[in-house]
Amino acid sequence: MFARGLKRKCVGHEEDVEGALAGLKTVSSYSLQRQSLLDMSLVKLQLCHMLVEPNLCRSVLIANTVRQIQEEMTQDGTWRTVAPQAAGRAPLDRLVSTEILCRAAWEQEGAHPAPGLGDGHTQGPVSDLCPVTSVQAPRHPQSSVWEMGGPRENRGSFHKSLDQIFETLETKNPSCMEELFSDVDSPYYDLDTVLTGMMGGARPGPCEGLEGLAPATPGPSSSCKSDLGELDHVVEILVET
Amino acid sequence: LKCTEKYICCLSFQSKSDIISTVEFNHTGELLATGDKGGRVVIFQREQESKNQVHRRGEYNVYSTFQSHEPEFDYLKSLEIEEKINKIRWLPQQNAAYFLLSTNDKTVKLWKVSERDKRPEGYNLKDEEGRLRDPATITTLRVPVLRPMDLMVEATPRRVFANAHTYHINSISVNSDYETYMSADDLRINLWNFEITNQSFNIVDIKPANMEELTEVITAAEFHPHHCNTFVYSSSKGTIRLCDMRASALCDRHTKFFEEPEDPSNRSFFSEIISSISDVKFSHSGRYIMTRDYLTVKVWDLNMENRPIETYQVHDYLRSKLCSLYENDCIFDKFECVWNGSDSVIMTGSYNNFFRMFDRNTKRDVTLEASRENSKPRAILKPRKVCVGGKRRKDEISVDSLDFSKKILHTAWHPSENIIAVAATNNLYIFQDKVN
Repeated sequence: MFARGLKRKCVGHEEDVEGALAGLKTVSSYSLQRQSLLDMSLVKLQLCHMLVEPNLCRSVLIANTVRQIQEEMTQDGTWRTVAPQAAGRAPLDRLVSTEILCRAAWEQEGAHPAPGLGDGHTQGPVSDLCPVTSVQAPRHPQSSVWEMGGPRENRGSFHKSLDQIFETLETKNPSCMEELFSDVDSPYYDLDTVLTGMMGGARPGPCEGLEGLAPATPGPSSSCKSDLGELDHVVEILVET
Repeated sequence: LKCTEKYICCLSFQSKSDIISTVEFNHTGELLATGDKGGRVVIFQREQESKNQVHRRGEYNVYSTFQSHEPEFDYLKSLEIEEKINKIRWLPQQNAAYFLLSTNDKTVKLWKVSERDKRPEGYNLKDEEGRLRDPATITTLRVPVLRPMDLMVEATPRRVFANAHTYHINSISVNSDYETYMSADDLRINLWNFEITNQSFNIVDIKPANMEELTEVITAAEFHPHHCNTFVYSSSKGTIRLCDMRASALCDRHTKFFEEPEDPSNRSFFSEIISSISDVKFSHSGRYIMTRDYLTVKVWDLNMENRPIETYQVHDYLRSKLCSLYENDCIFDKFECVWNGSDSVIMTGSYNNFFRMFDRNTKRDVTLEASRENSKPRAILKPRKVCVGGKRRKDEISVDSLDFSKKILHTAWHPSENIIAVAATNNLYIFQDKVN
């Protein structure tokens, strides 16, 4: 599924260390950073579940980001990206080269011939950017495992949660967010049904008597009492249905 | 009114412990209300200008402080409901008392702030301490008289609008009919009548039948300043919808849809997040709306839906840092934006306690800083500059030195004068233009 056959252990087999590093730099910076962005997003979503009350806007934006990455990785099988020279930054530094991820997709395709690349091994002009199926001659024999010519099914050793997400993707087609949102779902549903029933009712609100209150700020007890009153009413409704 | 006028600090107020979460002038500018994370509201009042000191413009002093919201516990979800005040909106003044709406994530409250400078004395049946007298000792009839007392400002909750929002309230907006207002959460917008607390009309509902299909939320909403049937709401996908309540009871179908086409050459994984609109404000004239997304402020003409008429870069140097800002969650910060009284200048906050003003006519802009070091009383604010590359000049600050924990999310502009209020974490600053 992960078409590029991202086997990290292959790095260890590399005799020509310099060549490997150059290979990493030129080919995989983008995919490694995309991977780390995906990992980070998944962690953030998990954190959401642990928070007192998750910020829905933030969760939705993160989930959409995960979806985008997933879509791109799905189509990715035919992409061969040549990451531009990362200006000497260590490519395995997770978040240092933020520049690359922040660049537009078309730039990733190597439309900018990176200076000092030796063979000038870029993908070619921008017009050739649609998913390319032809395999281009790899610069180094070993770097072929990083390119689409390599085995398409090689998952390598993945982050466990990512595996689960992708399995979910393959079997069911709605979004991979199903599992992630499932915890968030049920309380909202229940409360929602209850509230819909409550909102239009002629039931007097808890604060009808406020007008006659002495001019003093209400203590916390008054709001808690009204909550308890609501709770009783809500339990009644739930039990009846 | 030009944004290149010089500003001086005339108030610096530090909240006891809490981060200020909302700032709002009332309709005359006489009062300024702040809400904080601890559920407290502090109101400042402008001094009447005295004839003796005509060269000193009225300054703001604390007028009233009260606890608006308390933390609550939602038993159904087993979650705490924060007492943080998300928004305050004033009602126009109709009598001697002041009225404002304040809201946390779930509950909106209408507060009455009034002055008391007289008290009744001389009760017939009670003694001076309020204890009931023995009826046998009362031999004459006395009518209480009102005697002057030290001015006391009291805040009383007049209405509590609760239990109408499943999700977190992000906006409230008073309608120009002054009889209704709306409250908006992530997925729904409700219309209330001020007199009725146990019912509200749902006018927008974007909750999908299946929550797993949720991809977009409501981020802000506001009524048109003059047309009581019109309102707008913004979304996390960078769109604005204008709705007319006369069209149908449920305004799920918009009358106008404002969206700028995406620039495909600028697309990245963060494109959607930075396009999410954090604030939307009508101009005072009602002809334009202003939106704030992560990196820009945009002005839209209500008659043109396909793109904004003006775009201002707030801190474009952050564009290459988006991944780090995503990691530390700063990319989700919700900055607000404000118009000045004549709609000629717009203002919004940034990081490092910087805030920016853009003059729509001259196209000039300025960056100012709100911090204790730079805000001694009557000190003139010096324009700041962020160095984006190359050689850093003496007074410039480099992007990597910016303090992202010092964010200015909330600002307010006096309705008719060049007086601005800026909230920097737990500090409030009021600046006004220098009068020679």
